[in-house]
Amino acid sequence: MRALTWHGKQDVRVDTVPDPQIVNPRDCIIKITSTAICGSDLHLYDGYIPTMQAGDILGHEFMGEVVEVGHGNAKLKLGDRVVVPFTISCGSCFFCEHLQFSACDNSNPAHKADMSEIAYGYPMGGAFGYSHLTGGYAGGQAEYVRVPYSDVGPIVIPDGLEDEKVLFLSDILPTGWMAAENCAIEPGDTVAVWGCGPVGLFAIQSALILGAHRVIAIDHHPRRLELAKSLGAEILNFEDVDVHEALAEMTGGIGPDACIDAVGLESHGWAIDNVLDMAKAKVGLATDRTHALRQVIHCVRKGGRVSIPGVYGGMADKFPIGALMEKGLTVKSGQTHVQKYSKQLLEMIGEGKIDTTFLISHRMPLEKAPDGYKMFKEQQNDVTKVVLKPH
Amino acid sequence: MTTLDLEAKKEIGDAPVSSSVRSDRAAIDQQDRDWENGTLVGRTVTINRPRQDVYLFWRDVANLARVMENVERIDKIDDRRSHWVVTAPAGRTVEWDSVITEDDPGRLLAWESVEGADVRHTGRVEFRDGPPGRGTEVTATIVYDAPAGEVGRILAKLFQKEPKIQARRDLRRLKQFMETGEISTSEPPDAAPRA
Repeated sequence: MRALTWHGKQDVRVDTVPDPQIVNPRDCIIKITSTAICGSDLHLYDGYIPTMQAGDILGHEFMGEVVEVGHGNAKLKLGDRVVVPFTISCGSCFFCEHLQFSACDNSNPAHKADMSEIAYGYPMGGAFGYSHLTGGYAGGQAEYVRVPYSDVGPIVIPDGLEDEKVLFLSDILPTGWMAAENCAIEPGDTVAVWGCGPVGLFAIQSALILGAHRVIAIDHHPRRLELAKSLGAEILNFEDVDVHEALAEMTGGIGPDACIDAVGLESHGWAIDNVLDMAKAKVGLATDRTHALRQVIHCVRKGGRVSIPGVYGGMADKFPIGALMEKGLTVKSGQTHVQKYSKQLLEMIGEGKIDTTFLISHRMPLEKAPDGYKMFKEQQNDVTKVVLKPH
Repeated sequence: MTTLDLEAKKEIGDAPVSSSVRSDRAAIDQQDRDWENGTLVGRTVTINRPRQDVYLFWRDVANLARVMENVERIDKIDDRRSHWVVTAPAGRTVEWDSVITEDDPGRLLAWESVEGADVRHTGRVEFRDGPPGRGTEVTATIVYDAPAGEVGRILAKLFQKEPKIQARRDLRRLKQFMETGEISTSEPPDAAPRA
């Protein structure tokens, strides 16, 4: 089959690779009908995530048709149209039982789990197409994919809901939703969202649905700010205003009740701390550029909530622990527990309460995926989401 | 008392012996038992299954070949004795007979290799209830003598240089198999672990 493979920093190619096969009884094989490039794929593309190997198949936002089912899977049948969560979860460990699906204790293969156990103290769960830290599973920017524990993750899509309406149930929609849920929104709350990429935009939508009084969105790409505005957010361009002062003034001098860092480890901008982080990242002294997170912690009100859906992988320098402690902040973060939200969000899409299709700016065949990566990386203002069609 | 009921417990508080940072920890029993170098490996894993189920899986030692990466086969000799064949690099194998020396159903199993083993060792596995609703805590502790010469070199490779790594991988597989019925893998079928 054809698949998008990683070969090094900013080097991805469409190669012919062996077709996936059923390995374990609960597996299934899916013929991919739609798959997207995620903002977090750019972290792989830019070489920020360690443990990638040449030839790894990328892609963790995908859906398609079930074409083969293992004998231990009683849930799926041939021909089912499913969206597959990017997190691979066994459904029976302590974490899955407590709906902390992305922390699954079993899905990361035993010999791959060493790496994240050493890096983070305990091993991470498995995920598709996202380095060998999360298991080295082949991703879904391909014609076919093997889905382990496929009686737990994939959600069957009813007829009549086309791919583009539901594809983002795989990652960015539940990620935006969980980011908003982690803000523990109360009536009257103002929520500020850093980053109007896909996750930030879905977080804005979710925060309003969850009852936020106001949402203020922060970015520097005019097109993305426009999208935020169209969803009902007030907007700030960080190139034009002092973000802390603007937020304080817009909230009666109090500050936002909750702040969301939907930027993650490749923070843009030319603030002094960011330039230092970038210099250190280049010489290998630190991995994560955390300007957005510092600003989030600085700007949130006393006793406020900080939600971090943005991806980080390593260590951070000059972390504002003083502001965190002295203001008494609550921080919630984590890879998304996708399976916890699938059903609820699918229903909301079906009822027309959530629309995700506004995000898609580009559609292209799988063969053009390397161009898609380059565009998504270099033209962030115009390229908000690339959807690939492998067949 | 088996070898691994180490007196050392009182020196390190309530932490398990295997978490000691002292490299000579296993030396405690060396005089008594005449260990050559007595490497100690230990690891605890929580398995989300009733204690009795986990004990019974382990008590039928042939089951362990399903979850231990390098074990080619385990032949039952009688209720307490088994013969182990372990794959080694370059198409070789190492073998030993093992005998259960202690069996407290649902709580504890201890075993040791019998005279003439390629790798002399003794081990114990304890099964304890976790906090209510939190499954079973399984603590495996093994002391072994890495033999000198060629077998020793093979063994060092077999145990991935750091013996603790192999123990934690095998216990992860045990947990995966008992909790999910499968052993997780991202490899194609011909390279995937058995289940």
